Amino acid sequence: MDSFLDFEKDISDLNGKIKELRHLVSSGDTNVAEELVRLEASAAQLLRQTYDKLTPWQKAQVARHPERPHFSDYARVLLSEFTPLAGDRTYAEDAAILGGLGRFEGRTVVAIGHEKGEGTEGRVDHNFGMAHPEGYRKAVRLFELADRFGIPVLTFIDTPGAYPGVEAEERGQAEAIARAIETCLGIDVPVISIIIGEGGSGGAIALGVADRILMLGYAIYSVISPEGCASILWRSSERSRDAAEMLRMTSQDMLELGIIDEAVEEPIGGAHRFPEETIELVGRSIGRHLLELEGEGRSSDRRVKRRQKFIDMGTSL
Amino acid sequence: MSWLSNFVRPRIQALVRKRETPENLWLTCDECSQMIFHRDLVANQHVCPHCDHHMRIGPHERFSALFDANSFQRIELPSVVVDPLKFKDEKRYVDRLKENRQQTGEDEAVSVAHGTIDEMPTVIACQNFAFMGGSMGLATGEAMLSAAQLAILQEASLISISATGGARMQEGILSLMQMPRTTIAVTQVREAGLPYISVLTDPTTGGVTASFAMLGDVTIAEPRALIGFAGPRVIENTIRQTLPSGFQRSEYLLDHGMVDMVVPRKELRETLIRLLGMLRRPHSTSSISTIDSTQEGSSS
Ligand SMILES: [Zn+2]
Repeated sequence: MDSFLDFEKDISDLNGKIKELRHLVSSGDTNVAEELVRLEASAAQLLRQTYDKLTPWQKAQVARHPERPHFSDYARVLLSEFTPLAGDRTYAEDAAILGGLGRFEGRTVVAIGHEKGEGTEGRVDHNFGMAHPEGYRKAVRLFELADRFGIPVLTFIDTPGAYPGVEAEERGQAEAIARAIETCLGIDVPVISIIIGEGGSGGAIALGVADRILMLGYAIYSVISPEGCASILWRSSERSRDAAEMLRMTSQDMLELGIIDEAVEEPIGGAHRFPEETIELVGRSIGRHLLELEGEGRSSDRRVKRRQKFIDMGTSL
Repeated sequence: MSWLSNFVRPRIQALVRKRETPENLWLTCDECSQMIFHRDLVANQHVCPHCDHHMRIGPHERFSALFDANSFQRIELPSVVVDPLKFKDEKRYVDRLKENRQQTGEDEAVSVAHGTIDEMPTVIACQNFAFMGGSMGLATGEAMLSAAQLAILQEASLISISATGGARMQEGILSLMQMPRTTIAVTQVREAGLPYISVLTDPTTGGVTASFAMLGDVTIAEPRALIGFAGPRVIENTIRQTLPSGFQRSEYLLDHGMVDMVVPRKELRETLIRLLGMLRRPHSTSSISTIDSTQEGSSS
């Protein structure tokens, strides 16, 4: 944990001191051991206090934290034999959306997710998780593969949105997203989606039509970024904090609005501090929901129910 | 299906509302700045007679131009929860809604009517850019689902006419959920074996393009309409380059294989009649009578 968010400055200062003390203790200075215990306790308390009352805008910063675990991390830990499958068979391979076959708790699944990439180079390689049409068309190919073989689908959502570029438009960005939604509404296998970081607009919903929709505690899900919303409605990007409040984009909001089925609470301090613990919590939640869905057996009722879930959304608020 | 109990009641208020533009008025074309006599503009379906600019029009004009004369009725759409997020920017969302209702005389950004086109039963869902930029919220989702149900019930074709900037931000995540909801609507029509034709007009962008508008059995664009996913300004700010000329216009989409055809407004009705006729009446009456007469001839 090296990069700190601006509201974490006090925590960062404390951790700096703790580091120094640890260094002293390890080099034989026993006088500061008591002070170290005291500081560690107050650092933990400060972390709890800060994370207990994060504002929506602060949660957006946590959701976008570069050290948050990404799709590749979840695939590595939760899946065995993970075998990525590449390409849309029409134009290109798009590394902003990865997907493939793997085994989750023994059974075969198709796992698909936005990948934001790690490090400066990795982020550029994966285009910051902003897909071109090819990414969505690859996802469609994998949804259909899963359907043919009766394999459940897991999707991991983590994107600022679909890439806004000339070539993306020329090759049918809108049509590609529409087909991904249409395909997901038509398949007969269990689909579970989890928003693990940023659920940004059309690029997110393209992978977000599922029987069960889960969301990490500090993740966000929104029709537009708070910055984008502020610049349009307030004509000032400085009002992003207000936009983040108004848009209702947190996991608690999603529960209240009936959009998600479960908010998977992250350890205090967020997934970027505790990646292994977070991935394990996500795995447990997916496992539970998948067992429930599999218990319902294979039938075309599944897609009827999935459609009804979306038809009902927002009708009983 | 509770909404069906009152679907045929037309919105009297909207139908008889006073037209505000006086008959003998000169208007200026936004494109070529030439003066146009209002009556000529109406007669030309709001297409500039000088430069062929297709001006934005609303459901009233669309329904009258596309349905057979006196054949259509608007349906009353199910009500949706108003202002689910209690949204307020520089203005309260509820106040924006009120203003837009007063200015347009319409309830929402989509209107649905059923009637006939060349005697073929048809349901049209038409967006209205004048109403909050035609933005898609819960009401649009309900309208598309209702239009689809009505089309299936009446074995009618479904036509959507899009004119929108995309999602209605004031409804937050609920507006995003209208992408799957409207996709369900057009999927249901398709699964019932009925034609769904999407007509894209200026502008069609954002979540609407990325859902029902791009899923037509046939997709038609009006000349020079702006059609895309991301808005041109967003793209320009991202890539920091000037956009190619004609970018995201109907003709550009046609060149890139994204729409079936670009059809001038004055040819839209006859094009729809031809397409719907071929899809709905695959065996024309003339060829059936030819077969009949051959059989009669061989038996005698
Ligand atoms: Zn003109």
